[in-house]
Amino acid sequence: MYELLTGPLLWLVFAISFGGLLVRVVLYFKGLSQQLDRVAYKAHLSYGLKGAFNSIISWLNPVGARAWRKKPGYTFIFFAFHIGLLATPIFLAAHNIMLQENLGFSLPQMPAFFADLLSWTVIVACVAIILRRIALPEVRILTTAYDYLLLVITVAPFVTGLIARYQMGDYQFWLLAHIITGEIWLLCLPFTKLSHCVLFFCSRAQLGMDYGIKRGGLKGSTFSW
Amino acid sequence: MPQGELCNRQPIVTDEQLKLTLSDKSGKKYYAEMLELDVDTNALWATIQKTMKARLKTWLEICAHCGMCADSCFLYQVNDCVPEQVPSYKIQSTLGHIVKKKGQVDNEFMRHCMKVAWSQCTCCNRCGMYCPHGIDMGVMFSYLRGLLYSQGFVPWELKIGSGMHRVYRAQMDVTTEDWVETCEWMAEETEEEWPGLTIPVDKQDAEIMYTCNAREPKHYPEDLAEAAVLFHVAGTNWTVPSEGWEQTSLSMFAGDWECCKDNVNHVYDAIERLNPARVTGTECGHAHRATVIEGPYWAGREDGLPPKPYIHYVEWLAEALREGKLKIDPAKRIKEPVTLQDSCNYVRNQGLKDVTREIISYIVEPGYFVEMAPNKEHNYCCGGGGGFNGIGMYREQRNVALRKKMDQILDTGCKLVIAPCHNCWDAIRDLEEEYEIGIRWSFLKPLIIGMLDIPEGMRVEW
Ligand code: SF4
Ligand code: SF4
Ligand code: SF4
Repeated sequence: MYELLTGPLLWLVFAISFGGLLVRVVLYFKGLSQQLDRVAYKAHLSYGLKGAFNSIISWLNPVGARAWRKKPGYTFIFFAFHIGLLATPIFLAAHNIMLQENLGFSLPQMPAFFADLLSWTVIVACVAIILRRIALPEVRILTTAYDYLLLVITVAPFVTGLIARYQMGDYQFWLLAHIITGEIWLLCLPFTKLSHCVLFFCSRAQLGMDYGIKRGGLKGSTFSW
Repeated sequence: MPQGELCNRQPIVTDEQLKLTLSDKSGKKYYAEMLELDVDTNALWATIQKTMKARLKTWLEICAHCGMCADSCFLYQVNDCVPEQVPSYKIQSTLGHIVKKKGQVDNEFMRHCMKVAWSQCTCCNRCGMYCPHGIDMGVMFSYLRGLLYSQGFVPWELKIGSGMHRVYRAQMDVTTEDWVETCEWMAEETEEEWPGLTIPVDKQDAEIMYTCNAREPKHYPEDLAEAAVLFHVAGTNWTVPSEGWEQTSLSMFAGDWECCKDNVNHVYDAIERLNPARVTGTECGHAHRATVIEGPYWAGREDGLPPKPYIHYVEWLAEALREGKLKIDPAKRIKEPVTLQDSCNYVRNQGLKDVTREIISYIVEPGYFVEMAPNKEHNYCCGGGGGFNGIGMYREQRNVALRKKMDQILDTGCKLVIAPCHNCWDAIRDLEEEYEIGIRWSFLKPLIIGMLDIPEGMRVEW
């Protein structure tokens, strides 16, 4: 079972997940229409790229956009959640040992203590996000069961991973549960709203181009997000 | 039920139909017919499939439902932060629903969408700046309006408005003859005070071709006269076209994209015919957005630009002041606290934020200019944008919408507001009428004329 899940199946999951995300990016850009979107992407490419860059950078920086600065509490939770979500699986020692065995290379590894901390951060931030969804009327009205389901899918590999790591209960069982939930998460990336992990960059770049071209860029005014 | 006589899926294309619709007082019959209007669900879905591209689809899909956009919207703020006014909710529960249902929605739902599209969003594009994913509800609501218009679910005034544009190519029944006569009349009247002043119609190869808002010749011809005075004093070689002079677009507010295209092409034809070096329009935000920012795309222009450089009036004015073509008498500068309304349509939609402040620096005594907070691209809509000002049915909601601007103005402590946008000007006038906060408001033209340092002999004092 373990061999299967971490062997051929894992490769299949990676192929579907990353291949799918790539397809989504390609489809996004192919589906833009200069006339319907009312942005002349090609005619003013340099202005557009500048705007796109500005837009992406401003929003990847927790103090870069006015919206982030205005809501420091949420911004903190949001960034903690996303950083933990991305950094933990990539730099986790156990994952890199697998990588080394399979592909003969590995990425920098983080100390176990740090990985634990990040995993806990993801879980705590997730709880905070759920509480926020329930507590604030302006978020509650937007929230659907689908939103909760995605949060569960996202946080499940961390919960199972931590249980396995602390060797609570049956280690083999939790290890398998961790692998399966992780693979489910990967499979969901291209097919659900989780695709925002790449489409965020597409959408931001697109609006950035819009601003960088007709909404100010051509008039020489930099736009402060 | 079939389509109504007044409320139907056909645009108004004849003078007769226009008069008929107009004669229906406050749209009583029109709205009664709307209750029975069928939705052509197949056509609706076909349109969506054809026109809803990657950007909009992705926006609907990836919205994180995070609510970050909530208080970016002034309508959310002034309506006691009711969750129904959260931008994302407004679009997900209307356009989002139609898409989810593949266009299979009923009359009642379409009427609900109409209400949301025209009374809960002014397409001011502010929320797009506060969404981590860059989702711009103003853009999506414009799209939704197009769908609703194509199905006949559009407020009475805007059905008429776009009908006016279709029949007269102006938002009011100003014909070519009316327009040319108004130019001649204003030139005659103004020439008494300004010897040598003319309003040249259809002059070839001028430095500047001037276009305006049909409400000016119709109701405020003095605005045209003021433009003429400033061009005259600045020694500009200018002209107005006999056709293609109207640059506003109620059809844009209505979502009548076919009509938008026709109108803007009319203006572009005038540019190509008269071949001016540049074009400038009047102090109007939405007219500028229609003709200069969105228009090139309607017309299918690859570079997204009008046929000749087309600047907003504030840009022309700043340039004339900067180059000394217009001189301000320092003694006449504004010496009272004064504030400035940033029009979303040329600030958030074209970045013209510094140029208005440059004008301020020439005409206001240092220390008297007070910024609104927030301002520039973060400024709030005046409350009357997107057609809100003109729709009788939503007057009450519009009046609530004005409160944000009222608070912003009150916070500055100023009694004078400069509003170089027709719509904002109207909204601020209505705001004073409704709430009586004791303010005055002005376009730039009359203010500048009152402050000019005029060369000897140019003006005859009476
Ligand atoms: S801020 Fe953007 S992602 Fe969040 S709810 Fe609003 S539209 Fe959706
Ligand atoms: S475009 Fe303006 S009015 Fe419309 S939802 Fe966004 S902020 Fe509100
Ligand atoms: S009326 Fe003025 S402030 Fe309101 S949307 Fe139009 S330009 Fe913006």
